Amino acid sequence: MELALGIILGCCALGAGMAMIAGIGPGIGEGNAVASACEAIARQPESKGSVTTTMLMGCAIAETTGLYALVIAILLIFVAPNILVNILVNTMAAL
Amino acid sequence: MKKTSLRFKIVDAFYIAMMIIPFLVGIVLKVLTKPASEGINITGAGIYFTIPMPLQDFPVTESQVNSLLVSIVILFFCLFMTHGLTEKCQLKRQHFAELIVEKVDGMVNENMGEFFKGFSPFIIGMMALSAVSSLITLCGLYPPTSDINIVGGWAVLVFILITYYKMKCGPINYLKSFTQPVAFLTPINLISEIATPVSMAFRHYGNVLSGSVIGVLIGTALGSLSSKLLGWLPGFLADIPLLQVGIPAVMSLYFDIFSGCLQAFIFAMLTMMYVAGAFDIDTYKKIMEKKNAKKAKKHASVE
Repeated sequence: MELALGIILGCCALGAGMAMIAGIGPGIGEGNAVASACEAIARQPESKGSVTTTMLMGCAIAETTGLYALVIAILLIFVAPNILVNILVNTMAAL
Repeated sequence: MKKTSLRFKIVDAFYIAMMIIPFLVGIVLKVLTKPASEGINITGAGIYFTIPMPLQDFPVTESQVNSLLVSIVILFFCLFMTHGLTEKCQLKRQHFAELIVEKVDGMVNENMGEFFKGFSPFIIGMMALSAVSSLITLCGLYPPTSDINIVGGWAVLVFILITYYKMKCGPINYLKSFTQPVAFLTPINLISEIATPVSMAFRHYGNVLSGSVIGVLIGTALGSLSSKLLGWLPGFLADIPLLQVGIPAVMSLYFDIFSGCLQAFIFAMLTMMYVAGAFDIDTYKKIMEKKNAKKAKKHASVE
C-alpha cells in the first residue's frame, strides 16, 4: 500500500516535471519573434506601435503549446493524485 | 465649467460607492468562509454552497460570485462615466469616456473592417470584464479568470459567434469550408475548429493561474529563505520574514498587472480576428445580390 502510494505520488510529480520540458519550444520561438521585432523597429522606428502589437499577439499564440503543457502539469500535480489514490483505496477495499 | 447640483452629486456618490462595495463584499465573504493559512496553499475556487439539482448538484463557487461582483463594478463604472453627458464636454470624465469609445471604435474598424462596426461594445465589454477579473487579485480576491469554467464560457461564446458568421453565407457553404483545400483534410479541419475555443480558454486561464501559482511559490520560498538566512538576528527580528518585503510586489507587477491586462487585450484581439476571419464578405455580398434580384423579380411578377 505504501509502495503503491509512493509510486503514484512520485510518478505524478515526475510527469509534471517532464511535461514542462515543452517550455523550451515557446521560449525559443518567442525569443526569435522578439529578436525579429527588435530588428524591424531598429530599421523602421516609426512602425514601432504596430510591430509591438503584432509581436505581442504572435508571442501569445506561440505560448499556447507551453500553456497546454502547463495545464497538464497542473492537472498532474493538483488533480491526478486525488483520483488515483481514490482508485487505489477502492481497489484495496474490494480485495 | 458648469456647477453641478446637489442631486447630481448624490447620484455620483452612489455610483462611486457601488463601484467599491462589491470588492468589500467579496473580501468580507472570503474572510468569513476561508480561514487564513500558512505556507503553500494553492486551491481552486472555494465552494460557498451547493444547490441540489436533479442531474448534478450545482455548486456556487467563489469564481462565479466574484465574476458577478466584477460585472456590477463595471456596470456602475459605465453609469458613472456616462452620467451627465452633454454636447459640449462640461465634465472631465466625458473626455475620458469619449477617448475610450474612440480608441475602441478605431481598433475594431482597423482589425475587423467596416461591416463589424457594431462589435465595439462587445469587444470592450469582453476586455473590461477580463481585465478587471484578473486585476481583482490585487484586493486579495480569487480571480475568476483563473477558473477554466469562466474563461471556457467566454470562449464558447466566441465560438458561437464564429460559427454564426460562418453560417451567414449559407449552411452549404459552411459545410463546404471544411473540405477546403483537399477533401481528405476534413478531420484535421474539424479538430482545428474545436481547438480554437479550447486554446483561447487555456491561454487565458493558464497565464493567470500560472501567475498566481508562481506568486504563492515565490512568497513561500522567500519566507523560508529569510528564516534560514536571517535566523541569527536577535530577538523578534528573527521571526519577521524580512526577505518577503517588497520582492513579491515586484513579481506581482509583472504576473498580475501586466499579464492580466495583456491577456485581456489578447483575448479581445483574437476574438476580433477569428470573427472577422470567419466571415467571407465577398460571398455574402454575392448571395445578398442574388436574393435581392429574386425578390425584385417576385415583386415585379406579383404586380
